Amino acid sequence: MDDAPVIHTHALTKRYHGGQLAVDRLDLTVPAGSVFGFLGPNGSGKTTTIRMLMGLIEPTSGAARVLGQPVPRAARTVLPQVGALIEGPALYGFLSGRDNLLRYDAADPTADPRTRRTRVAAALERVGLTAAAGKKAKAYSLGMKQRLGLAAALLQPRRLLVLDEPTNGLDPQGMREIRSLVRELASDGTTVFLSSHPLDEIEQVCTHVAVMAQGRLVTQGPVAELAAGARGRLVVITPDTAEAARVLKEQGAADVTSEEDRVAAEPPDRDLAEVNAALVTAGVRVRGFTVERASLEDAFVALTGEGFDVAG
Amino acid sequence: MSRAEPAEAEPAGAEPAEAEPTEDAGEGATAEDPREPTAGLVRRPSPWWSLGLLRSELLITFRRWRTLALLGVLAAVPVLIGIAVKIETGDGSSGGPGGPGGGGDGGPAFIAQVTNNGLFLVFTALAATLPFFLPMAIGVIAGDAIAGESNAGTLRYLLVAPAGRTRLLLTKYATVLAFCLVATLVVALSALTVGALLFPLGDVTTISGTTIGFADGLGRALLIALVVAASLTGVAALGLFVSTLTGSGIAAMATTVGLLITIQILDQIPQLHAIQPYLFSHYWLSFADLVRDPVYWDDLVKNLGLQGLYVAVFGSAAWARFTTKDVTA
Repeated sequence: MDDAPVIHTHALTKRYHGGQLAVDRLDLTVPAGSVFGFLGPNGSGKTTTIRMLMGLIEPTSGAARVLGQPVPRAARTVLPQVGALIEGPALYGFLSGRDNLLRYDAADPTADPRTRRTRVAAALERVGLTAAAGKKAKAYSLGMKQRLGLAAALLQPRRLLVLDEPTNGLDPQGMREIRSLVRELASDGTTVFLSSHPLDEIEQVCTHVAVMAQGRLVTQGPVAELAAGARGRLVVITPDTAEAARVLKEQGAADVTSEEDRVAAEPPDRDLAEVNAALVTAGVRVRGFTVERASLEDAFVALTGEGFDVAG
Repeated sequence: MSRAEPAEAEPAGAEPAEAEPTEDAGEGATAEDPREPTAGLVRRPSPWWSLGLLRSELLITFRRWRTLALLGVLAAVPVLIGIAVKIETGDGSSGGPGGPGGGGDGGPAFIAQVTNNGLFLVFTALAATLPFFLPMAIGVIAGDAIAGESNAGTLRYLLVAPAGRTRLLLTKYATVLAFCLVATLVVALSALTVGALLFPLGDVTTISGTTIGFADGLGRALLIALVVAASLTGVAALGLFVSTLTGSGIAAMATTVGLLITIQILDQIPQLHAIQPYLFSHYWLSFADLVRDPVYWDDLVKNLGLQGLYVAVFGSAAWARFTTKDVTA
C-alpha cells in the first residue's frame, strides 16, 4: 500500500458562492515518499485545494483521496496521520507556546494524553522553540509563530505533512532550518506536500512538482523532467562578441543574443566541444563556455506565461 | 461519534496498557484492558481521550481574563445590592417586615425581606441579574465560542487536528453550560456571603406565609441557582447558533446580546401577549415559585420546557450549519 499515491484527486472542482471558480477539474497525484512542491502564483487555487484535501471545505464536484481514503468523508481517520500548516500559523495569543501545542494536541482524539507533555516538548525542541516555550504566543515574532505552527504539525509521527508556504516570515537561517527539517522528515519516509511560490528556495528540496495557474493544473511530475522541459542556454564569455555570435549562428545555434562580453544562445543539436573548437578556430578569444541549466523558475514562467504576479 | 480509528491495521487485542495513568490522564483513563503490553506505534485511542478537548476548553475558558472579569462583575452585583439595602435600612426608614416577594415597590423581587434574613439576598441578587447581567455574560461566552476561533484562525487547526465538527460543537456547548452554572453559583455564593455578613440569618418566611427552617431555605436557594442556570441554556444555544453564522467573535457577541435586549423589550409590550409565551425570557422569574410552600410548579415546568425547546431548535440549527460550513478563515 506504500506505492499507492498519498494524495489523489480526480476532477476536483471548487466554485465559491458568487460563481468564482477557484479550482477547476484538478487531477493531482502525489506519490508516496515524495517531497511534492505545489507551485503557483497567489490566487491560483493552491490553498483552496489544500483546504479541500483537509476536509475544511466541501468540493463542488470531483473526488479527493488522502492516504487512500476519501475526504472529507473519512477525514476523522485520515487527519490524525496528517500534520498541516495552512495559510500561516494561527495561535491563541493569550496562551504560551507550550499551552498552544497542548491545546492542539488535546483536539486530536487519537493523541495519547499520557505522552502529551513529552511529545509537545519534543516538537518544541525540533523547531528550536524550547527556550521560548513559556512565553505568551502574542509576544512571538512572525518567524517564531511559523515555527510553533510547524511544531503543531509535528506533534505525532505523520505519514503526510502538508505545509502551506512554510518559510513565510522566516529569515534565511530559518529557511535553511526548515529545508533541512523537510529533508530529514522525507528521509524518514514522510511524504511532504509543500506549497510555495518563491521557487528557487523550494527547488532544492522537491522531488516532484505540480504547477497551478488560475485554478488549473498546468503540469506535474518529477522536478528533473520539468526543468528539462525548459532548455538550458549556451553562454559564451568573450571580448569578441560580434564574431562569437556569427560563429554560433553558423554552428546552428538559434536565438542568439549578446550583451557586453556575453553571448547567449539556444544550444545547437551537436557536440558542444565542436562548437567551442569552431569558436577558437575562428579566432574568438573564449573566456568562458557554459550551459546554464534552466531553473525551475524559468520552467514555471514558460508554463504559466507569467511571473509571481497575483492572478486577476 | 467521538472515536476515530487509525487506518493502520490493528493487531487484535493491541490495546495500550493503561496501568499508569499520569496526571494528564487522571480524569479520563480507566484500566480498559491491561492484559496486553504497549502496542508499539499502532495508536489505539481510548474513547476517554476524546474528553481531553473538553478539559482543554474548560481550562482555556476559565483562565481567560475576559471570563474572570465577567465573573467579577457578576460577583459585584450582590455586594452592591447588599450595601444599598444596608444603607437604606440604616436610617431606620424601611426596616419593617415588607410585603412578601414580588418587589411591590419596584425593586427586584424579595428585596424588602433582605434586612430580616440575609438568605433573601441570594434570591434578590439572582432576580436582579437574571434579566440582563447573566444572559449578557452567557451571550459573550457563547457568541465567541465558534466565531472567536474562526476569527483567530485557530478553528482550521482544531478541525485538522482533527477535533471533529460535532465533537467541537458539543464541547463548546458543554463549556458554555458550565459557564452558566459557574456564573449563577458565583452570584449566589457572593450574595450568600454578603447576606451573612451584613444581615441576620435564620428561618425563612415563604411567599405563602409559612416558615421553613434555615437549612431547608439554603436547599431552596441552591435549587433556585440550578433553575436559574437551566434558564440560561436557551440563550446559550441561541448564542452558539449565532456564533456559527459569522467569522467575527465581536459580531456574534453583539448579535446575541442585541437579540437578548430585543426579546426582553418584546416581552414588555402587552399587545404582543400572543407570542410572549414563546420568548425564552418569559418564564425566567418563575424561579420565585420555589420560595412558595408548597412549591408552585406550573411556570417552572413551562420555563424548563421552553428552554429545552430553544436548545433543541437552535442546537440543531447550529449543528446543521457548522457541520456543512466551508471553513475559509
